[in-house]
Amino acid sequence: MTPTPVMEAIDETLEPQRGQPPLSVIYEWVTTVDHKKIGLMYIAYALIFLLIGGIEAMLIRIQLWIPNNHFVSPQVFNQLFTMHGTTMVFFVGMPILFGFGNYLVPLMIGARDMAFPRLNAFSFWISAFAGLLLYFSYFGASGLYAAGSAPDVGWFAYAPLTAKVFSPGHSTDYWTLAVFLSGVGSIGTALNIVTTTLCMRCKGMTMNRMPLLVWLYLVMSCLVFVAVSPLTAAQIMLTLDRYVGAHFFDTQAGGSAVLWMHFFWIFGHPEVYVLVLPAFAFVNEIVPVFSRKAIFGYPAMVAASVGIGFISLSVWAHHMFTVGMGAAGNTFFVFATMVISVPTGIKIFNWLATIWGGKVIFAVPMMFCVAFLFQFLIAGLTGIMLSAAPFDWQLSASYFVVAHFHYVLVGSILFAIFAAFYYWYPKVTGRMMSDTLGKWHFWLFLIGFHLTFDFMHVPGMLGMPRRIYTYEAGRGWEMWNLIVGIGAIFQAIGLLCFVYNLFWSYFQGKEAGHDPWDAWTLEWATPSPPPAYNFAIEPTVNSRRPLWDLKHPEDPDSDYEG
Amino acid sequence: MSTIPIEGPIETPWKLPHRGTVGMACLILAEAAIFIIFVVAYIFYIGKSLSGPTPAQVLELPIFGTICLLSSSITVHFAVSALRKENLRNCTINLAATVLLGSIFLLTTAREWYHLIHDEGLTIQTNLFGTTYYSLVGLHATHVVVGLIMLSIAFALSLEGLVKEEHAEKLEVLSLYWHFVDAVWVVVFLVVYVLGK
Repeated sequence: MTPTPVMEAIDETLEPQRGQPPLSVIYEWVTTVDHKKIGLMYIAYALIFLLIGGIEAMLIRIQLWIPNNHFVSPQVFNQLFTMHGTTMVFFVGMPILFGFGNYLVPLMIGARDMAFPRLNAFSFWISAFAGLLLYFSYFGASGLYAAGSAPDVGWFAYAPLTAKVFSPGHSTDYWTLAVFLSGVGSIGTALNIVTTTLCMRCKGMTMNRMPLLVWLYLVMSCLVFVAVSPLTAAQIMLTLDRYVGAHFFDTQAGGSAVLWMHFFWIFGHPEVYVLVLPAFAFVNEIVPVFSRKAIFGYPAMVAASVGIGFISLSVWAHHMFTVGMGAAGNTFFVFATMVISVPTGIKIFNWLATIWGGKVIFAVPMMFCVAFLFQFLIAGLTGIMLSAAPFDWQLSASYFVVAHFHYVLVGSILFAIFAAFYYWYPKVTGRMMSDTLGKWHFWLFLIGFHLTFDFMHVPGMLGMPRRIYTYEAGRGWEMWNLIVGIGAIFQAIGLLCFVYNLFWSYFQGKEAGHDPWDAWTLEWATPSPPPAYNFAIEPTVNSRRPLWDLKHPEDPDSDYEG
Repeated sequence: MSTIPIEGPIETPWKLPHRGTVGMACLILAEAAIFIIFVVAYIFYIGKSLSGPTPAQVLELPIFGTICLLSSSITVHFAVSALRKENLRNCTINLAATVLLGSIFLLTTAREWYHLIHDEGLTIQTNLFGTTYYSLVGLHATHVVVGLIMLSIAFALSLEGLVKEEHAEKLEVLSLYWHFVDAVWVVVFLVVYVLGK
């Protein structure tokens, strides 16, 4: 007999205090070690960088709007795509996902905070500092040579372009340090998430009963240790090359530029999965709630996630088919890359099976999830095309590749992040996000996304290389680039709707109550917003859907789970 | 407070792993990945230097330093088990021995570097061997320094009589880090002084 506390007991809490002086509010946020506040700061900081990175993307599209355009100089264009890529991966993707993880993981496992709250704060502030450092390069990178401003070496910074000779000034150093520090912060937060998951679960929350979101964050965090660390090591080597005259990537002294490519992509490809696993995590939580069914195939989902974690470590060199690795190397990485579509396919089928026969409610979070399903499928299909080495030889470093990975990063990850915003916003603020504005955001962004990235595949197949700053007329690329640019405008307006919605709903949104979606995981047992200590008494769980058990004591899940 | 009783299987007592141990295991995993990259770079560049000196010409087996460092793993283990048995005096003595042995190792590395730089003229700029050797051994030495600082703090606290039996878990976490640093040295020794020569 295990006593389960009733919901009223779990959330028996004090009213939050309001109306403090602004200085003490700022002091509270800067010194906080509360996982919810740190999570929100992560998200806010990522949203600011999302807007900056978005503006950079818009400038790139304006430059490519018509042939022979001189809106920006080639130098500035190189800086724009470098900053856009670095910002979006390290200062939008990672922090926004870590922000959600920080906020949700302790709540979902019935804990009162992360395992190491001060390390948590440290990781956030070091990441925030890294972002500032990257953008400070616009002012501080000139150095003694008066060359450079922002980094312009591309987001994967291939050697030997990063050598002191080819990149004088300090712009590359700002890039290196920013990426290095962001890596330190990521490893710290990942360490915290793993430890929290393993050591802070409430009574009865066995590994077998953890929400899938927590499982995916566990796999993602383990992946961070083995994926982000190699990048950290490579950045140390690059700094030694640039500052004390080491020769790691110095071809003049026998060093190898290809070694940098390997080290970068040993990080770079698992990083894609580091970003996409939390997106899967959001979809895993949202799809069942809006289909009014338990998730289909929980053990298969866990196994597929762990499988993706392992396989993703052996696919990195599919970014390097054009380097000339030889037949054996190419064949291995072709097969490894194709194999990873098996566990991802299992996930897609399980989501479909969850929706199948459910009472589907098309609220805004679910709309974004359904779009995610379609777009992730297409992103996976172009991924399989590119994984075939001969196909890749044709289209490597073309706009086809750019379209493919934006389908993953925007069409899948960003759509899942938007779904997560609409789904958990009521928990965080106590108010619902506006449904009307949400639908405007969804449709504008969906149309914009497809105009931009569906049509971006075409100039790639017509031979347009990525990263060129302009192109001649008459190559058949003009119309496609024009459509891509028009799509970008739709996306920008959609994004503005979303940002406006975030602010408007905070003041004007409908009161949400504890559990507006009638959901089943523990975070919905707390008031909205949850108090600093989360749970007044520690919850006890008996199944994967503890709130279902509380709401339906006559037919609890624990009767069915082995 | 009312409760709803729910029928269920008889639960085993709810026991979760110690968070310090798990956290340190994660850190060790991340650090191991960093070291692997440096080791891979070292192995990749063996014999690829365009100019001398080569490892065979200048490197000598650091037997004495290695024995000291590996022994310090044993003494730190004794320190933890002494603390578990509430034998505080023994714990302090073993911590002192650990710090001493670690420092001797660091001194042998310093002597080796002095010899290489001063007598053989090998610096990080000389060739690929210098680049990979100093960065790999230097990265390890940095970890030894960090470990020694933490062990010295533990030693100072135990001299003050502030280390008690309830801190055994924390000292064990520190000892895990120290064992890791020693294990890395075994790899560095094999790669640099055996395979690389």
